[in-house]
Amino acid sequence: MTDVLDRADATPRLKVVGTRPIRPDGADKVTGRAQFGADLTMPGQLVGKILRSPHAHARIVSIDAKKARALPGVKAVVTGADFPNLADEFHEGGEAASNLRDLAMNVMARDKALYDGHAVAAVAAISTAVADEALALIKVVYEVLPHVIEVEAAMASDAPVLHPTMFTEGLDERPALPSNIAKRNRIARGDLDAGFAAADVVIEGRYVTQAVHQGYIEPHACVASWAADGQCNVWSSSQGQFMVRTYCAKVLGLEISNIRVTPAEIGGGFGGKTTVYLEPLALALSRESGHPVKMVMSRDDVFRATGPTSGSVMYVKLGAKKDGTLTAADVELKYQAGAFAGSPVGAGSMTALACYDIANFVITGWDVVSNCPKVAAYRAPGAPIAAFAVESAMDDLARKLDIDPIALREQNGVKNGVKASYGPTFANIGYLETLAAIKTCPQYSMPLGPNQGRGVAAGFWFNVGGESTAAVHINEDGSAVVVTGNPDIGGSRASMAMMAAEVLGVPVEQVRPMVADTASIGFSMLTGGSRTTFATGMAVVQAAEKVVAELRRRAAVIWDVAVDQVVWADGVAVCRDPAKATGKTLTLEGLAGQSGRTGGPISAQVSLNAQGAGPGFGVHVCDVEIDPETGHVTVLRYTAAQDVGKAIHPSYVEGQIQGGVAQGVGWALNEEYIFDREGRMENAGFLDYRVPVASDLPMIDAILVEVANPRHPFGAKGVGEVPIVPPLAAVANAVRSAIGVRMTELPLSPPKIRAALDAKAG
Amino acid sequence: MSKRHVSAIVNGDAVEFLTDPGMTLLDALRDELDLTGSKEGCGSGDCGACSVIVDGRLVCSCLMLAAEAQDRRIETIEGMAQGSDLHPLQQKFLEHAALQCGFCTPGILMASKALLDANPDPTETEARYWLAGNLCRCTGYDKIIRAVMDAAAEMRQARVS
Repeated sequence: MTDVLDRADATPRLKVVGTRPIRPDGADKVTGRAQFGADLTMPGQLVGKILRSPHAHARIVSIDAKKARALPGVKAVVTGADFPNLADEFHEGGEAASNLRDLAMNVMARDKALYDGHAVAAVAAISTAVADEALALIKVVYEVLPHVIEVEAAMASDAPVLHPTMFTEGLDERPALPSNIAKRNRIARGDLDAGFAAADVVIEGRYVTQAVHQGYIEPHACVASWAADGQCNVWSSSQGQFMVRTYCAKVLGLEISNIRVTPAEIGGGFGGKTTVYLEPLALALSRESGHPVKMVMSRDDVFRATGPTSGSVMYVKLGAKKDGTLTAADVELKYQAGAFAGSPVGAGSMTALACYDIANFVITGWDVVSNCPKVAAYRAPGAPIAAFAVESAMDDLARKLDIDPIALREQNGVKNGVKASYGPTFANIGYLETLAAIKTCPQYSMPLGPNQGRGVAAGFWFNVGGESTAAVHINEDGSAVVVTGNPDIGGSRASMAMMAAEVLGVPVEQVRPMVADTASIGFSMLTGGSRTTFATGMAVVQAAEKVVAELRRRAAVIWDVAVDQVVWADGVAVCRDPAKATGKTLTLEGLAGQSGRTGGPISAQVSLNAQGAGPGFGVHVCDVEIDPETGHVTVLRYTAAQDVGKAIHPSYVEGQIQGGVAQGVGWALNEEYIFDREGRMENAGFLDYRVPVASDLPMIDAILVEVANPRHPFGAKGVGEVPIVPPLAAVANAVRSAIGVRMTELPLSPPKIRAALDAKAG
Repeated sequence: MSKRHVSAIVNGDAVEFLTDPGMTLLDALRDELDLTGSKEGCGSGDCGACSVIVDGRLVCSCLMLAAEAQDRRIETIEGMAQGSDLHPLQQKFLEHAALQCGFCTPGILMASKALLDANPDPTETEARYWLAGNLCRCTGYDKIIRAVMDAAAEMRQARVS
């Protein structure tokens, strides 16, 4: 492992890291040349389409596809019967573990359809029109079952049970009957009763959030080809080509060695593309038809059958002394998992109190299945939901004690050496620095007008490391190629090239970053968990360091000196041997040009399992104005401060923060899954599921706080997930400040605000 | 149903293609003319990823029938740069890091071009409302708006000098 402490100390001497070069994939993306999931066409390809359940919960009695198969132009039809049934097996991909059995049943329903939109059959045909006609000819007989959507309703003892084999895990005793409660988890410290007994004030609340979608603009898309010799090629938009390979192999019962997955450009993911929906179906259709098959989701498919993250009901009780010291916290989180177990309530529980040093607390989490799409990871999965509840309660506590909300958080905030609520002891964290950045930012002291309010909230995310591979190749002209296995979802090619250029001592334009297919680079976990710049970046840096060591060795061969007499500085080998000509130099180009005579091509590959990702903290301040007539909330100003460790490319770090804020504001004000009485999603389109548009938002000021992570060569911490954690509560606290009423149910849509104002007026 | 023959001008070049009566302009651009820079994010005119300029007007190409393109002049993202010279908007988007995943970018660039064609000196608010039909889920719009305002200023300056 690199001596990282020395490197972090050397930060001021950086020449590339911390600058703002133009991204290396930029020109293709502003000219329409970048190829996304739906942009590849293969010779002879068919169109694949999916028949989806119109029922939220139904037994599939029979599927008759005879007429569809007989339709001219139809080349393949597959149903659940065409896929193997898998046993429970958990796979860790980089964001959240998946149960492969559930994954396979989510890709294609077997005996039951568990939500409106659940795939029940798929066809491949020569055109979209023929495929659509074929879907209409498939006769599915359903026995419609009672359904349940809301989390507390799904937990009730009389609720319709989705999985008769589901017995709640994590209870003291195994329950006698199956239920929709997959698991209970509990984190506790100290003595809760004593903590509340010691409190001078107690704050209590019940908080509700709705399921929201990641809302990436690119629908899922892929092309798959199953050749006559069993070799499979998949070209798809995802957050991890290795994840796609693993899941396709498992769902179809294939050898991994027979599958090659090439990543397309990805048009947004936010966690939602950390799993597969289409790829195994396209492969199955290709196997049956003998043609490549392309599948592209409609927006309706995306909303009904992918994503979202959990809706929730939460209870928070906080106790504190008059001086503001927190004495106790009791937090209960109930999260929707969708049709299969695995909501992010575990991460929600671990992050709920992670910003605070509290002696006595209990956090209880409930993972609950119901008849809505299986949740997928969404940016800091679980954390924004829990933060909405806890940070709303903290705001109420600050008001009750008449303490500035930043001061209250500073007083109770975690610092280095404090044992985190979720276990480890914090080191090299920058929470207090981030609070200070907001306290001193211009917005925090700006005067407010009538109907205006200001809210503050904090947020935490772990960030992760994990398995990554990177290769650095030196071309014969001295330029370099950096190859990784992580799809570039928001500018990571730029940061990979910059870190390699920094180590090699060359301008970033001399380094071309590539994202390789699964046969062209070693394994990497997917792009998720805010891990790529940290973990894959570490592999890039180490590979570049190996290349530098090799370049020094080559120069030593040429000069006939000991390798320790050669130093590498600014992309040039310098001879330090006084017996030879000290100061003699060899450029990278010169060394590359004669590599054939010094030992062959110069390249290095590093595979590692990166540990020591630095946890991230964000503190946000939001100013809103309420229109008392309509109840509409306008976000006037927004400042987000975040400890990023070290910003490799500050513009893209700011962009991550601004984008996370925008998603969080949408979650707070507009976005929600709405189901009708039959459990069908009513707003499965961007007209009725309203994500923020440009006119909804102000400029978003991002303050980069840099408390270096000594475990990364340049001090980087994960960045992409923290910024979506605080906004839900920051907006809600601003609304509380503006209207004098605590709103506890998201989204804070105009009718709810109007109702609150009416209730207040009596 | 028989196909129709359509002649149009796309990015300055005369093109011909056959279309089913129900085919959208977006599908014709992508599937018949291999211009895949225009993207489909929703198919219902809500996201703007398919924005093109038809006879000087900004339209969602997913809402226009391909048959309606007869004798029209259509500008797509593929025609925005002049040869290897990027349009000032494209250059400013790169300089301001106004894209992350890049999927909405072609549509937002076309919408921005239509804005500056119509109004070379927009206020920030005008730019935000003009672009309100183009969803971006990555950036929070901050850097997009800055890039558009900066490009507008540079293009005004170029016109004066």
